[in-house]
Amino acid sequence: MSERQTEVSASVEAEGSSLLGSPELVLQGLRSVGYLPNERIASVVYLGERLAKPVLVEGPAGTGKTELAKSVAAMSNMRLIRLQCYEGLDEAKALYEWNYKKQLLRIQSEQVSRPAGSPGSSPWSELESDIFSEEFLLARPLLAAIRAPEPVVLLIDEVDRLEVETEALLLEVLSDYQVSIPELGTIASTQKPLVFLTSNNSRDLSEALKRRCLYLYIDYPSVEREKEIVRSRVPGIGEHLAAQVSGLVRSLREMDLKKRPSVSETIDLAHTLFLLGADEITPQLAADTLHVLLKYQSDIEKAAAELTARR
Amino acid sequence: MTGRPGLGTLAAFIAELRAIGLPISVSENVDATAALMAMPLVDRASLKSALAATLVKDSDHYGAFELVFDIFFSGRPPGADPAPGPDAAGPDAAGPAAAGNGAGRDGVLAMLSDAELNELLLRAVAAADRVLIRAVVDEAVSRYAGIEPGRVVAGTYYLYRTLSKLDLDTLLERLLQSADAANLSAMDRRLARDDYTKRVDAVRTEVEAEIRRRLVADRGAEAVAGTLRRPLPEDVDFLNASQQQLAAIRQAVQLLSRKMAARLAHKRRHNRRSTLDFRRTIRQSLGNGGVPVDLAFRKPHPAKPEIMLVADISSSVAAFASFTLQLAYAIRSEFSRVRSFVFVDGIVEVTGIFESAPDMAAVAHHINSGTGAVRLDGHSDYGMVLESFWDQWGAQVRKRTSVIILGDGRNNYHSSRSWVLKSIRQRARHLYWLNPEPVYSWDSGDSIISEYRKHCDKMVECRNLRQLKAFVEGLD
Repeated sequence: MSERQTEVSASVEAEGSSLLGSPELVLQGLRSVGYLPNERIASVVYLGERLAKPVLVEGPAGTGKTELAKSVAAMSNMRLIRLQCYEGLDEAKALYEWNYKKQLLRIQSEQVSRPAGSPGSSPWSELESDIFSEEFLLARPLLAAIRAPEPVVLLIDEVDRLEVETEALLLEVLSDYQVSIPELGTIASTQKPLVFLTSNNSRDLSEALKRRCLYLYIDYPSVEREKEIVRSRVPGIGEHLAAQVSGLVRSLREMDLKKRPSVSETIDLAHTLFLLGADEITPQLAADTLHVLLKYQSDIEKAAAELTARR
Repeated sequence: MTGRPGLGTLAAFIAELRAIGLPISVSENVDATAALMAMPLVDRASLKSALAATLVKDSDHYGAFELVFDIFFSGRPPGADPAPGPDAAGPDAAGPAAAGNGAGRDGVLAMLSDAELNELLLRAVAAADRVLIRAVVDEAVSRYAGIEPGRVVAGTYYLYRTLSKLDLDTLLERLLQSADAANLSAMDRRLARDDYTKRVDAVRTEVEAEIRRRLVADRGAEAVAGTLRRPLPEDVDFLNASQQQLAAIRQAVQLLSRKMAARLAHKRRHNRRSTLDFRRTIRQSLGNGGVPVDLAFRKPHPAKPEIMLVADISSSVAAFASFTLQLAYAIRSEFSRVRSFVFVDGIVEVTGIFESAPDMAAVAHHINSGTGAVRLDGHSDYGMVLESFWDQWGAQVRKRTSVIILGDGRNNYHSSRSWVLKSIRQRARHLYWLNPEPVYSWDSGDSIISEYRKHCDKMVECRNLRQLKAFVEGLD
């Protein structure tokens, strides 16, 4: 450890850098938990940790954005705290909330046990500071990630579903890793959590949010990588079949379809074919299993027609 | 820190990205510098991902970033002089390795005849041997491109010369024939075809990159970047976009339409005050001993507007009309109804076609197969068209209808009949006109746009996606 420290003494975040080592180590680590990243993904994950900056992951549905955060947590044995975003998410569900019911109980029990005016009743200020203490605070994901004593991975999923105004809630957490609670003051993090935000790009995120994040666009994998993914997720599948599956999916993605097949659907198809005991995809088999990949009848018909057309 | 690009290079690089239109703030600039310090820059790819992660925050801009990156950090400097590139420091998986091999083979390759070189390329592509492909491309560019040092060009002509000698189309045909010979099923043939097309495209890209590298070596990165500068997809002018740019715009429209739909839906629902939902408020308060801690509100359900799009599809503005129609149909769930009409010198309704196949190609086919959009000579006649629109569909324009006319108002010296617009405006909720021409050329030549303009609620210049987006966002 002391050798390391002299090596990286120039860096203030030296302590952090020991977590994920180098892009190369990230690559290997992710592979070891079954996620096959490309170099770019590994580099950005490494940078995110090293620079203590959140990583905004964008890309088409089903390319493994959420999976990336989970895998990073798994490979580094960190706890994953997840905030699923949706329209209407507010402070009370993202940051913290006062436990009203418990506070009410506390006040009522005070009145019952020691009626006002009786000797020994505590003044209001005491009660007030009591009911606005940590005991009555319900930590929601963002606050939980900040308060966690050990390093954690914070996943803010589908951030594009938030309304623009709610997005601002995230900014304090993302840039300063702290949460301000009017009654308690500012709670700063003891360690900087690794933050991943995912977005399906259904709307433009605000400049303020993007500026605070590193940006990673995960596109559909290349044929070679997809083949590798298939082989790792469907153990026992033949080389030839895996290559055919990824080739087929690549061609389908080039077509003008309503919904393009995602990586998870590729894996589903490979699984299906494997269970059917197929060695290779015949046109008949492809036509029978297209519904695994495509979820619209018009897409299936279109793809089947294109695939079997004699040019 | 020998392998790191100097701050000067980085500053020039960022200046170029900004010149293209990427919004790069000062803090992102700082981040990029920090990322370069933190990243072990073992190869060009890690430099690229460090810069991309900190500077490019929009997937649409990645293409532009890639081009500029290739110009500034071209990696393998051609020729003997070792320019201080990021690759100079570390072993690059693809760059220097290929260069090393290439240098070894250069002698051999130079002795081949042109035909043999093509043959070698065919074999390299068939075997997907990237190192060999690079070496052949390298040789081909030296041999065919005939690069003249010092000339301020974008290299298109060099590219053309090299590609015409390499004859990639024949190469693709031959690859496909070999696939055909293997007696494959129709599906496998299709897959093989896609695969080979991809590979041949990659060769083309490689030739382009190689020519760019030589241009950079000749004139320096900043000068070349200036010559090669291309606008972002959202800034490309509809009226003079190249095929490639049109494809990029088409893609951007798809993405844009999803964003717009979400935005409009959100705006509709949140724009107005909603009333208190008394029953739900009381129900929720039971958990708190009857104290109404959270108020519940009714969700507003405002009526959706109806849209009538009247689009000029004469050749001069066809691309613009197609994108606007595409966008309108992609977000049609946000309107109660979208009806569309296309015209040149006659007008037809194409709502049905668009709803069954939201695809411009299908619509173009339908129109060419002899409907009424072209009646006489195929020159737009706004006056006539507007009048027949009013006669046939005028009665269906209602209070909730917004009429949007797309066109340049170039009337080929026919009469304007602008009274029609006046009547439409009286009936409709709004009357808008989108003009794909720049403001300065309105009313020049046969454009009679200002005659129409006085009757419209709004007439906007709409030359690129950015302006189109701004307009749609303002709709209500």
